This record gives sequence, C-alpha cells and structure tokens, in this order.
Amino acid sequence: MIKKEEVEKIAKLARLKLTDEEVLRMQKDMSSILDYFALLKKAKPRSKATAFTAGVKGKPGAVSTGLKEGVLREDMPKNQSIETVGKLIKEIPEKKERYIKVKTILD
Amino acid sequence: MDINNLTISKIHQGLLSKDFSSVEVAKEYLKQIEERDKSISAFLSVTPELALAQAEKVDKLIASGKGVPILAGVPCGIKDAILVEGIKCTAGSKILENYIAPYDATVIKKLKEQGAVIVGKTNLDEFAMGGSTENSAYKVTRNPVDLDRVPGGSSGGSAAAVAANESCYALGSDTGGSIRQPASFCGIVGLKPTYGAVSRYGLMAFASSLDQIGPMSKTIEDAKIVFTVISGYDSKDATSKIDKNLGEKVETKKLKIGIPKEYFIKGMDSGVEKAVRDAVKKIEEQGIEVYEITLPHTEYALAAYYIIAPSEASANLARYDGVKYGLSKNQQGKLLDVYLQTRGEGFGQEVKRRIMLGTYSLSSGYYDAYYLKAQTVRDFVRDDFRKAFEKVDLILTPVSPITAFKIGEKINDPLSMYLSDIFTIAVNLAGLPAISMPCGKSQGLPVGLQIVGRHFEEDKIFQMASFIEKLVA
Repeated sequence: MIKKEEVEKIAKLARLKLTDEEVLRMQKDMSSILDYFALLKKAKPRSKATAFTAGVKGKPGAVSTGLKEGVLREDMPKNQSIETVGKLIKEIPEKKERYIKVKTILD
Repeated sequence: MDINNLTISKIHQGLLSKDFSSVEVAKEYLKQIEERDKSISAFLSVTPELALAQAEKVDKLIASGKGVPILAGVPCGIKDAILVEGIKCTAGSKILENYIAPYDATVIKKLKEQGAVIVGKTNLDEFAMGGSTENSAYKVTRNPVDLDRVPGGSSGGSAAAVAANESCYALGSDTGGSIRQPASFCGIVGLKPTYGAVSRYGLMAFASSLDQIGPMSKTIEDAKIVFTVISGYDSKDATSKIDKNLGEKVETKKLKIGIPKEYFIKGMDSGVEKAVRDAVKKIEEQGIEVYEITLPHTEYALAAYYIIAPSEASANLARYDGVKYGLSKNQQGKLLDVYLQTRGEGFGQEVKRRIMLGTYSLSSGYYDAYYLKAQTVRDFVRDDFRKAFEKVDLILTPVSPITAFKIGEKINDPLSMYLSDIFTIAVNLAGLPAISMPCGKSQGLPVGLQIVGRHFEEDKIFQMASFIEKLVA
C-alpha cells in the first residue's frame, strides 16, 4: 500500500491540494492500480531485433509516436492577429493592461 | 423531413432539390434538442444563434445558384474539448467553467469552410478521462437506447446526440477508445483515425501521442464524408502527416480478415461474443477469407496505456494553473497556494487520480520501472500488429467486452472502469485507425464491431464496414 507521505509528496509535485479524505482514497486507488502494473515485468519482445526498432535504438515509444528528426518547426515566434490576442487577454484572471499578473516567484 | 432517418447525403440532396432550406433543417434539429435533451443531457451548450447564422449563409449560397459542399447545412455536435471560437469550451471541467474559446480548432475551421451548422457542444468525461461520461463536472448524459444506462465515454455526449437525432453527426476524440466505446454503447458508427491523420490543433490535449479527433455518425458513408473533410496535414500540428495513399486497392471480397484470439476473453458478455462471431460468420459466408491471428502482448496493453496516458496528461494539464485562463483561486496566498487551490478545487476525482498516477510514473526513482517500461511494451504491441498485418488486411474484434452498464454501476471502482477499455486501447498505442460499427444486440443493448486497419488505410476499413453494414441490416 502506497504510504500517506508518498501520496502527499506526489500531490505537491503535481500541484494538487487534496483533502484528508482524498488522500486516503488516493492511497487505496493508486495502490490497486500500481499493483496491476506489476504484470508489465513479464512482458518480453517477440524477437531480439524487430525490423522497425532499427534506427531508433534506445528510444522506446519513439516509433509508436512517429516522431522523427526534423518534424518540429523553427523556434521563432509567429504573431497572431490582434483580434485573437484580444480574446486571449480577455481570459486572463488577473491582469494589468496587456500583462498577466503573477505572484512573486522568488520569496 | 423525417429527422429520424436523415443522413448527410439526404440533407444535401434535399437542400439542392429545395425540399427544405438549411434554416428549416437547423430549426428541426434545435427543436429535437429542446424536446429530447431534458432527458438525455447530451449537450453542455446549445448554440442556436451560431447554427442559424451558419444556416442562413448556406441558404444564400444555394439561392445564388452556386453549388454547396456536401456538409453545408448539415447540423453537427462538437465534443466540448474542441475549440469553437466565441463559444464556451469547458472540457467538462469546473476549471474551465467560463472559458470562451479564443480561436477555432483546425477541424472546426474545415467544417466551417464547408458550411457546417454547429448546434452545440457535447458532454464528455472531464478532460476526456473516463469511459462513461459520468466524470463530467456538469451532468450525466443518458444513453438514448436505455435512459438508465451510460452512453459510454469519454465522447458520450456526441454519441448520445447522434443516437437521439439531436445532430446528424458529431465530432468526438479518442485516446483509449473514447469514440469507439460510446459508439458501441449507443449503436452508432465512430471512427478513430490513424494517429496523425487529423490535426489536433484546437483539441484540448489529454495524451498528445494518443489523442485523435474523429467522426461519429449513423452510417458508414457519413463517417467517411466527415473524415475526408477533417483529415489532412496541418502546419499547426507537427504530428499530423501529409496525406498518403498507402496500399493498393483491393476488391472487397479479396480483403483478408484476422480475428485475434486474445480478444475473446473469459468473463466477456456472451451476447457480445455471439453478435460479433455471427457477424464474422456472415462475412465468411460471402467468401471472404478469415484467419485466426495472435496479438500476444494484448494482456500488457492496458497497463502500458494507464501509465503512458496519465504521464502525458500530467504534463498537458500542468497549464491549468489559474494564471493564464480558467479558474483562479486563493489570490490572497502565495504562488504555490494559487496552484494548489485552483487545481484542487477545479479538477474532479478521476482527473486528479490520473495526474497523480502520471506524476508518480515519471518521478525520479520510478521512471524506469513504469514510464520507460510502458513505452517499451508499447513498441511490442505495435510490433504485434505489424506482424499480423503481414498476413491480413483488417482485424475484427468486439469493441467492448460489455454493453452499456447502468449509471452509477462502475463509478466507484476505477480499475473496473479501466478494464472495459481492454479491446480499444492497443489500437491507440499503435497509432492505427479503427472503426466501431453496430453489428447486433445483446439483451436489447447495442453491440459494436471494431475493424482495425493499417496506418492510413481508412479506405479499406470503410470498404469492409460498408459491406458489413449491408450484411447486418
């Protein structure tokens, strides 16, 4: 059973505030689900070298996600229309003119 | 016009023949929503102004003698995780209760270019996490076939809207079965396209390597029409692919079918098994070759998914922090308090559960045993399909081991809810296309047949699905 302290630590990492009741429930739910994951230890590949993994050695999941070199665009900002920017600004909870207001990051 | 028997083609023909106007069609569907949605609750927001404005534009085009595209004037529902500019988009969550979409998703832009008529945003499990639509923070959608039962999830609102004729078709999204399973439960058609076939730009991300938007409809032809419109490369989605015409055309009766033995398990509803096996028998009687195949890593797919999807979700949902949009709590406290309180109050139980699972799997000390292991198993699952598709063109399975369960039956047992995804999930891990289509009933409840194809071979799926549609009619 996952420990209460572990649940609280993960909740803080995930930036989630959990009530005491939620922590207890999370302990129970996570434990049974994590126990279920143990079956993955038994999984073995069909054969040592499958043709499609060649070229993406050491990157599990890379072929399944179809991610290849060169699919990402240039890291250059693209301007949106003024109307769209206006709509984005409208959604900001705490703002001053066109600035998002944020609490102090460093104490 | 008989709203219970309309298809995209029938509406299109009727508009061109001037049997009715687009505004009349829109009003008919809006009336249906007004009458039926009190008991079904498929919609989170209904958009009559938008719908009628769009319909009027279509009528003007028709009156001017210009032709109109096939989807013009056809009412549709949109899952409330897909952005429609100017309309509230909540993802079924309190954390976005008052969020107004600042732009259109690419699929919406494409539908609007066609003259589509959007009648409303449909209900879903919060952030697309769930298999019953009971995890919506707003309401429970009821299955039109039996109002005491769930419509499935997470695209339950879209499925119910189509099944109840509140819209002619709908868009859903599928990460682990969220189009196919509700289509199966409600007795309609739902397609999850090949990963990369449809742009995800404007879909609120749940698991970026698994999510796909797809059509939900009454008929195979309608699903094909919508898929053709919404698919295609989008520069705004780096994971979308340029259209490829893979594979040669094959005569329907020469398509080879595989039935994986791992998909007929102990404990599955016997009526479901019978309906699927009867459909397979009918196909065989037509002279189509059917083979038993094996997908040996099937038993690991669920566990791999429930590590990978929550891990990606924990990253994708980090943006809901009360700073740029959405719910924002505890402005009196420090920055950390804003995060903790906003997310603690704004997210529901299932979302929190998955964020926690994902955070745990990715955290130091656990990353190798969980996340890395799951991604490795994912490659094994994909390899199983690759091997099977050397021998067959299409794989047929049940969509779900069960039919629609009663509202409230599974909500307190998350693992049991996850297990009902067992037949749909491997398909997402491998990025393959798959359709769910009605093939019969078990104790009066619809049963869905799943047809899985090779990457980008949706046309073979449509071909076989259309053939089966006539056989089981």
